[in-house]
Amino acid sequence: MNDVTGMPQTAVVIGGGSEIACSTMRALARRRLTHVALIGRAGASLEEAAEELRGEGLNVEVLLHDVTEIAAGTEVAERARELLGSIDLVLVAAGFLGEADLNVIDDVIVARTIATNFTGPAALMTTFAKLLSQQGYGRIVVLSSVAGVRVRKANFVYGSAKAGLDGFAQGLDDALVGSGVSVMIVRPGFVHSKMTRGLSAAPLATTPEAVAGDILRGLEAQAMVVWSPAKLQWLFHVLIHLPRRIWRMLPG
Amino acid sequence: MSAASTSAITGWGRANATRAALHHVASRAEITSLIGGEGNYIARGLGRAYGDAAQCAGGAVIDLTGLEEIIDFDTATGVVRCEAGCSLDTLSRFSVPRGWFIPVTPGTAYVTIGGAIAADVHGKNHHREGSLGSYLREIVLLAPDGEHHCSRESEPDLFLATIGGMGMTGVIVEATLSLMPIESAYISVDTERTGDIEATMAALASGDSRYRYSVAWVDATQRGRHLGRSVITSGDHTPAGALNEITRHSPLLYDPRQRLRVPYTPPSSLVTPTTQRAFNELWFRRAPAQREAELTRLNTFFYPLDMLGSWNRLYGPKGFTQYQFVVPFGHESLVRGAIESLQRAGAPASLVVLKRFGAGGPSPLSFPMPGWTLALDIPLGAPELAETLDDLDERIAEVGGRIYLAKDGRLRPELVGQMYPRLEEFRAVCRRVDPEGRIASDLSRRIDLLGSKGHAEQRKRT
Ligand SMILES: Cc1cc2nc3c(=O)[nH]c(=O)nc-3n(C[C@H](O)[C@H](O)[C@H](O)COP(=O)(O)OP(=O)(O)OC[C@H]3O[C@@H](n4cnc5c(N)ncnc54)[C@H](O)[C@@H]3O)c2cc1C
Repeated sequence: MNDVTGMPQTAVVIGGGSEIACSTMRALARRRLTHVALIGRAGASLEEAAEELRGEGLNVEVLLHDVTEIAAGTEVAERARELLGSIDLVLVAAGFLGEADLNVIDDVIVARTIATNFTGPAALMTTFAKLLSQQGYGRIVVLSSVAGVRVRKANFVYGSAKAGLDGFAQGLDDALVGSGVSVMIVRPGFVHSKMTRGLSAAPLATTPEAVAGDILRGLEAQAMVVWSPAKLQWLFHVLIHLPRRIWRMLPG
Repeated sequence: MSAASTSAITGWGRANATRAALHHVASRAEITSLIGGEGNYIARGLGRAYGDAAQCAGGAVIDLTGLEEIIDFDTATGVVRCEAGCSLDTLSRFSVPRGWFIPVTPGTAYVTIGGAIAADVHGKNHHREGSLGSYLREIVLLAPDGEHHCSRESEPDLFLATIGGMGMTGVIVEATLSLMPIESAYISVDTERTGDIEATMAALASGDSRYRYSVAWVDATQRGRHLGRSVITSGDHTPAGALNEITRHSPLLYDPRQRLRVPYTPPSSLVTPTTQRAFNELWFRRAPAQREAELTRLNTFFYPLDMLGSWNRLYGPKGFTQYQFVVPFGHESLVRGAIESLQRAGAPASLVVLKRFGAGGPSPLSFPMPGWTLALDIPLGAPELAETLDDLDERIAEVGGRIYLAKDGRLRPELVGQMYPRLEEFRAVCRRVDPEGRIASDLSRRIDLLGSKGHAEQRKRT
């Protein structure tokens, strides 16, 4: 069960190899978390995350699943519930940056990027939202991105998918009012991680550990939206009003 | 069938809502048929437990407030038999005019007898007269394995496990209690103000044995020299001979009125550091530095907060929690320590009460034990609150203290056994009457009160 300060005892991670997710689980393990199910594609990141979390004393389950395979979603969600007994928190962290250079991308790449960042996670999130509704409680945390707050040329495929996911999560949260289940949206800025390796950092860049800290603070504060770092909220208040002609000239 | 609706339910702290089927039952037969069905359930009274004790996510919550009849009353001995959903308010309106009062009362009259038994409530007289369980003679309990009439003579272990058992042994439907004779509906109150927490504790330690009732209201918003300055109120029932001209006319008149009601939840908490300080300042200033034998109505003395209806809404949409602990004598420094830790975390408590407990009772899960008990109302949302309270739990458990489950919303399961050393004895009774584990509350699942997680893991291993 979640406690009154928002701290869970069990959690499911969708996108189990994500560094932000791993840092968040580590931080939660220091409070109440004892049991976690990592859902993700087979690979080194997932293995490493599972090892690291076991090292923290967590009871870790690994469920191999690709979020873009919609048909297999219900089964993996049911399996997660069986293993955990009940699910206090679902962290939606699946995603990848992909490309946005018109010389590189094509229809297949665009469709795949959007499926991994938006349609896949949205579908699985829906399955979990229903499951949590049946339990009568639960918290869903969705990793959105400032890239979706205003989409820009440099990562517009990823950004537009995150914009979709962010809007979906807001609507889902509103639809869940009264069910005992709620959704918290997290909008990190540029995070130094595997996903962004090799890219030059944007202003107000942050780390997976710092985002994890902001997520815990958000859970305690019963926040609907968390910006990470918090200052980004005010920056984007201004940026969304920039005329397109200026916006498109921004570097990177 | 009983009227059922699916609702998001919280405790008095209005936080951590979970959804369950809420059944307003009107008869015992309805309860029997409900518990003969499937799924988890928990009894609920007036929902005054601060945390998640009367919630059951995904299951059924059985609201007893429809069973509120006073079945019989012996005017010679003051023994009353009533249904478990009867509130202390209803009971007092009936018994006070007849010269009898509940021997132990919490700080609000809006609790049910069933809820008061399930928490084994204590009052301002605990240092002399113990908790409510001592005055309970018999209960009728609907447990998963059937109906039990228990008392100290019949099924004493089930009787004692139900007192303070947080609803885990079954649904109490009826209780027989001994009331206490009173000559008036007044308390003669002495008031004293103290300058800091040490002075408050010294005054309680040296003075409370002279009074039946004694409690300190502590200003936890003050730092430094005035940290823990307090208003101590102490008193006893006023004998008929000590009434004045006005009160002598109707010495047993008891008719408390709610003066005001918070009509809706404000969009954000009205309890902020500034209003907390102002409220505490006012309360402190309003109290006389020293006054003796002031005639005070029963309800004004015991239930000052009841005058403002739905005051829990003042904490806004995020709600609040109450942290109440007891530490054995000799560990006084934790009282100051708790207030300071919360101040440092930027989560100062708004309403704080301190008192000394006397001897504990015989129930395995009863909260009171000899020592100091501090209760702090804390707005939720401060970013370091979870960690601060976790650290305090450890310090309290280490010295043999414990957290009051009726107020709890966040204790970690690992510490429960340490805080309640007779936990296994309690679990054994629960397993006997509820072998399938039908009874569950959010509290019991969160702190693993029944040890079912342990069992599940054992099952997996074998
Ligand atoms: C303003 C205020 C002041 C308070 N002051 C004090 C105080 O001074 N001392 C003190 O000890 N407590 C105090 N309390 C706490 C309160 O007395 C307890 O939480 C009490 O249990 C509330 O009773 P309820 O009827 O509201 O029960 P609920 O909050 O509805 O339920 C509390 C627990 O009792 C169980 N329960 C309720 N009815 C039954 C039943 N019929 N059969 C079996 N189990 C049942 C529930 O399952 C749950 O575990 C205070 C609370 C408030 C809001």
